[in-house]
Amino acid sequence: MDFIRNFPCFSIMLCLFAGIISSGVKGRTARWINIVLLTTVTILSACTLFYTLSTGESFVYVMGKFPAPWGNEIRAGVLEAGMALFFCIIMLLSLLGGQHKLIAEVEENKIFLYYVLTNLLLSSLLALVYTNDMFTAYVFVEINTISACGLIMIRQVGRTIEAAVRYMIMSLLGSGLLLLGLCMLYDLTGHLLMSNMKESIAAIVAQGEYTIPLIVAIALMTVGLCIKCALFPFHAWLPDAYGYSTVSSAAMLSSLVSKGYIFLLIKIIYRVVGFDIFNNTRIIDVLFVFGLMGMIFGSLSAIKENDIRRMIAFSSVAQIGYIYMGFGMGTQYGMVASVFHILSHAATKSLLFIAVIGLTDVSGGSRKFIELTGSAYRNKWAGVTFTVGSLSMVGVPLFSGFISKLLFAQAAVQVDGKMLPALIVLGISTILNAIYFMKTVIRIYTPVEETSYPSVTFKDMKLYAIVLVFFIILNIILGISSQPIVDMIEQGLAMFA
Amino acid sequence: MSKLKPQKEYEKTGAFRFLRWLSGTKDPYVGVVEMHPQKEKVIPDTTILERMSETQMLRDKVYDTQHNKLLRAFHRIYIISAVIFCIALVGLLLVTVSYLPPTGDPSNPANNTVAERYIEQGLEETGALNIVSGMILTYRAFDTFGETNVLFIATCCVMILLMIDDELLKKQEVQNDRRFEPKNDMILQGVAFVLCPIIFIFGIYIILNGHLSPGGGFSGGAIMGAGLILYVCAFGFKKTQQFFNEHVYKIAKITALCMYGLIGGYFYITGANGIENHIPLGIPGHILSSGIILPINFCVGLEVACTMYAFYALFRRGGL
Repeated sequence: MDFIRNFPCFSIMLCLFAGIISSGVKGRTARWINIVLLTTVTILSACTLFYTLSTGESFVYVMGKFPAPWGNEIRAGVLEAGMALFFCIIMLLSLLGGQHKLIAEVEENKIFLYYVLTNLLLSSLLALVYTNDMFTAYVFVEINTISACGLIMIRQVGRTIEAAVRYMIMSLLGSGLLLLGLCMLYDLTGHLLMSNMKESIAAIVAQGEYTIPLIVAIALMTVGLCIKCALFPFHAWLPDAYGYSTVSSAAMLSSLVSKGYIFLLIKIIYRVVGFDIFNNTRIIDVLFVFGLMGMIFGSLSAIKENDIRRMIAFSSVAQIGYIYMGFGMGTQYGMVASVFHILSHAATKSLLFIAVIGLTDVSGGSRKFIELTGSAYRNKWAGVTFTVGSLSMVGVPLFSGFISKLLFAQAAVQVDGKMLPALIVLGISTILNAIYFMKTVIRIYTPVEETSYPSVTFKDMKLYAIVLVFFIILNIILGISSQPIVDMIEQGLAMFA
Repeated sequence: MSKLKPQKEYEKTGAFRFLRWLSGTKDPYVGVVEMHPQKEKVIPDTTILERMSETQMLRDKVYDTQHNKLLRAFHRIYIISAVIFCIALVGLLLVTVSYLPPTGDPSNPANNTVAERYIEQGLEETGALNIVSGMILTYRAFDTFGETNVLFIATCCVMILLMIDDELLKKQEVQNDRRFEPKNDMILQGVAFVLCPIIFIFGIYIILNGHLSPGGGFSGGAIMGAGLILYVCAFGFKKTQQFFNEHVYKIAKITALCMYGLIGGYFYITGANGIENHIPLGIPGHILSSGIILPINFCVGLEVACTMYAFYALFRRGGL
């Protein structure tokens, strides 16, 4: 067996070790451990990605000496390795970009805990991505939930505590539903390993037994994961959690945590239930409708918002709606578009959160639009980056958002019954996106005669500016060289089946 | 006829003290145990009124149900629909359960090769008489490592929320520690003096016999944690800190988790690569047997005991 096959296991274990060791050191050391860890895991994931691309097939890694249905397994293919690589890059950039705010907003003695949480969060994300076992997935969903709560409340303000409590209640409800569904599936199949579950479910469906419990179990798991990643009717926890937590947390929560759950849902659809069986249930129609509603209502809430961080948070609701609309189409193209949108949204949303913090910092820390007038002149780097993010969100060519909208439209054209609503709502949502993002861009580029706020230059924020440049590059790479990435996604999804 | 003792001599005998205790004329603990009656928290009336009026004002402003009929209707519909939704969900789940395979039927899908191998070959492959331990710590060792990390991260989150860093606040909290309990309670100390060693030994017994009898790291660790908590309640933090302070806690926690990680990692990687692993299984039934289960149980037990105690200490006074 090739040595590279060990890398997924290494990266998960390294994250756990780094988290454990960070709990015994001071904040600065913990930060260095975290940076070294993220770089190492990035390299390991990149190696895994190239390995899977070169061999052209996925591989299963047995955790321990007991094979398939008895022991634990992880599995790596193109999509998994690519997702892990992407998550690591986004996490590294978010942490570096929000570092100065983290030092300012978090008590000095508790900073090491932040890095403990991020390391364990990364381990849980990697485990969710790589796992081939439903119970392992559940265990790491727990770690993910608890560490996300910690990330929200580490900035100790009243609003963040309230947001963390809300998040915890909703998220635990989601975990509970996931566990219920998982128990029912275990009762029906007698397995916890994804591939064995899929075989058993196919046999059950072929025999026509247990139809009702099977559908209920799938629905419970889907709804549980939807609550955890804030699909439209379950998004009440989201604006406070993203709007008031420290900026790295907001960037990571919106672009990594919710995406981890969505990726788990994709895995469940393909590897546990089976794509066709999932599409034959009516659940995808519900997802489709909720996705469309989320696209419109999320944008409407964002337009009404007067706080720039909360506005971006509400925009997340709309973008999650896009992803579920892709699921709801029930075709391979819709799925590819959704997976691409996961990447595009993760890259853009973390960019927006990090850019906004530069704008609010030069406006006296206020997030109200009236104070932000002309802030792009005071912090030119953040202004340009925010504009890039906005254009990408609206869907202007060159940037990643355009490609995902194009893919969604292409996918919608190929579905009979759902073409019209999907295209109409896609159009409306794009206009609404343009309204609130362009409003903000115009606002930050409106010159003001006299201002009491100081300007900042490159010298004051070297690390921050470099991070912003990397974010822009990432976004443009996704926008320009989209075809190889889409091919990779297709190849990865083919490996899933 | 017995001889009558003089009063002074009689007062020294046990019988007199027993009779005195029986009749209740003297409490043997008065003057020996420091007793604090619980202080009732007094809140001046004015602040209560102020707060109430403020809350009321806020509520009126947000939910102006008096004038806003729509909002009132919405509130009603909200409650009614929530109740209906819950009932519908409960009904749906009950209906689903009736369709599930019946409990205890041998032809159930859950009774398959997986459980069969655990039961039939578990002893041979893991060396553990306790099949459950063998299953969670050998066959599914990765899950259990994740589960242990859940405990670890839960302590981290509680630390974020409750740990007090400010020196002044810390001192205040230490002084107020005995707010609701008497100091040096003789009864508690007497009981703890007898019970604590027994609890610790029992906990260690359960951890070390995890692979032989019901129990294991999680349950044994919980028992040891309970023993530590009893010790703190009886003898106070000062005495406990002589052997279990923040430093020791950190070292114990990190060593336990790292040991577990190393053993687990060794097991996964050797197993996956087909390398022979050098941890002997031993003779089933002996205390030193069953490969990785015994050391892992030990690590888990240490971690669980630390977690239990840390929760208690953090909730009680915001620091270890």
